[in-house]
Amino acid sequence: MAQLELFLQTLISGFLLGGLYALIALGMALIMGVMRVINLAHGDFMMIAMYIAYWLFTFFGIDPYVSVFIAAPAMFLFGLGIQKYLLTPVMKVDSILPHNQVILTVGLAMVFSNLATVFFTGDYRSTPVSYASSAWYLTDFWKNSPVELSLSMPWTLSFIIAVMITIALWIFLTKTDTGKSIRATSQDLDAALLMGVNVNWVRMVTFGIGLVLVAVAGCLFLPIYYLYPALGKQFTNIGFVIAVIGGMGSTDGAIIGGLILGIFESMTATYIGMGWAPAGRFSIFVAALVFLPGGVASILRKRRLGK
Amino acid sequence: MKKFLPLIVFALLCIVPFFGLSTYVMHILILVLIWSVIGMGWNILGGYTGQVSFGHAAFFGMGAYAAGLLYQHLGISAWWGLPVCVLILTALSLIVGYICLRLRGAYFALATLALGEICRVAAENLVDFTKGNMGIMLRERTWVDKTWYFYIILLIAAGTYILIKMVMESKLGYYFVAIREDQDAAESLGINTTFYKTISLCISGVLTGIAGAYYMNYMGYIDPSTVFPLSEVSIATVVVVMVGGAATYWGPIVGAVIMVFLAEEIRSIPFIGAAHQTIFGIILILIIMFLPNGIVGDFRKLIKPLSRAKRECHHEFN
Repeated sequence: MAQLELFLQTLISGFLLGGLYALIALGMALIMGVMRVINLAHGDFMMIAMYIAYWLFTFFGIDPYVSVFIAAPAMFLFGLGIQKYLLTPVMKVDSILPHNQVILTVGLAMVFSNLATVFFTGDYRSTPVSYASSAWYLTDFWKNSPVELSLSMPWTLSFIIAVMITIALWIFLTKTDTGKSIRATSQDLDAALLMGVNVNWVRMVTFGIGLVLVAVAGCLFLPIYYLYPALGKQFTNIGFVIAVIGGMGSTDGAIIGGLILGIFESMTATYIGMGWAPAGRFSIFVAALVFLPGGVASILRKRRLGK
Repeated sequence: MKKFLPLIVFALLCIVPFFGLSTYVMHILILVLIWSVIGMGWNILGGYTGQVSFGHAAFFGMGAYAAGLLYQHLGISAWWGLPVCVLILTALSLIVGYICLRLRGAYFALATLALGEICRVAAENLVDFTKGNMGIMLRERTWVDKTWYFYIILLIAAGTYILIKMVMESKLGYYFVAIREDQDAAESLGINTTFYKTISLCISGVLTGIAGAYYMNYMGYIDPSTVFPLSEVSIATVVVVMVGGAATYWGPIVGAVIMVFLAEEIRSIPFIGAAHQTIFGIILILIIMFLPNGIVGDFRKLIKPLSRAKRECHHEFN
């Protein structure tokens, strides 16, 4: 019974972690879908949002969950600016290499993580929120349950907010005009241009929304994780690993991929050892490249076409 | 004149040790040559074949560890690492090429990024084999003086330059450029793109690995964070080539000269030294925005304003 309890506990915490991972990967997938660019500074944008939330908490006592509403709009504007003044001009520059925008994001990542080290030092920080160690127990709701499970309160809260944001994004993408333009641009750039979509504006909004998603993820991670300047690299890795598992540029794939990776990492941490979590992450990445290069999205697509 | 430029540079570098330069200057020159070799290695894959790699630290570190582990476990000279790493890196390149070069688009860039991290994690965690973060140290150095080290890396660099020139002027080089320009067109002309991309990766990986094996012999000490880091090796390689000029013979060399000297200068400034990564990042961004083909590739664009100014001066005087 203890074995089963451990397994279920690992599964649930993996699921909660996966929900947050999905949020990071969603932003990356949106940007990848519309601009065909892997944003290798994605984790560093998350690091910036986390520092915003951290300083808001330290100086004004604003709860990290509330600072979502401050950090996310700030990152949106930041994203518009970066797309308009850095990424779009580079698109027009004539050069030999096709990956110039990707290399540009690498440059941005270097600048951000280094500046954070210079200004905020390399210290590990965390926000000591009052509810950090509180938890829910299954026996609270179900007296005679055969297994005992506990759910950390901040993890559950973060997961619920992540799900809400994901649903909001889905409504935005399917119901609003801007959302439809974004999907059109990601499906076929030329056709979208011919239909009168202002592609440059769509690109700016997409990059902004990508950063909003990653900023929300950062704020949700802050109560349950610690913060340091080099954290961006790790989350960029997580983002692109999920992007490959899910299928490049697919939002559905990003959600499923995020959950898969979350559960997988949780399992490796429990059954193999904490230090091997990165190795597990990359082994699932290589497996996806070898056996399922199209990612989860290719399976979904096949089913939809009824093949 | 232009035809003899490589010979002139080589001859000049050959007589450099006779000037009695300080050890520090010799060290800088050796670093420039190491980075030139890495840059030229990256260039054949990233510049000519168009497959951008963000994980050349994997090849560099693998070469360095090949040399170090031969010394550590078999007790033979670490110089054996130079020939042995050719075999190891060919094998590694074939595996990486098989996994991700058949895919199009960004997969290769991402896979190399992951490869660098995998190698670092492995080198840190396989403590029994690699001694983990303790690193590997050569207990006796071959020479105290830097002269011979300088000549060896000079020969490696010259050999690399000649090899790349030969490859790029052969049919193989035309295949590479064709793949970069348009993979569909190349394929429809009967070029097996996956095969030739893998060949390009092999050449690139082996050259970078040789630079790594030399680095082990020259520095005498390596650990995972000096030979497998993302920003200090993998991204630095991209910066070196981008600054000098991708897909040019002289780009990586010019880039290496500029970046090594710049790195040394910036690190010696007290307050800005800590922010040298920021400065490199900004240089990379500016280069991409304004000189996307690097200093060598956009040399005309660079000197155009100058020559125009000169011409206007002439007009005024006449």
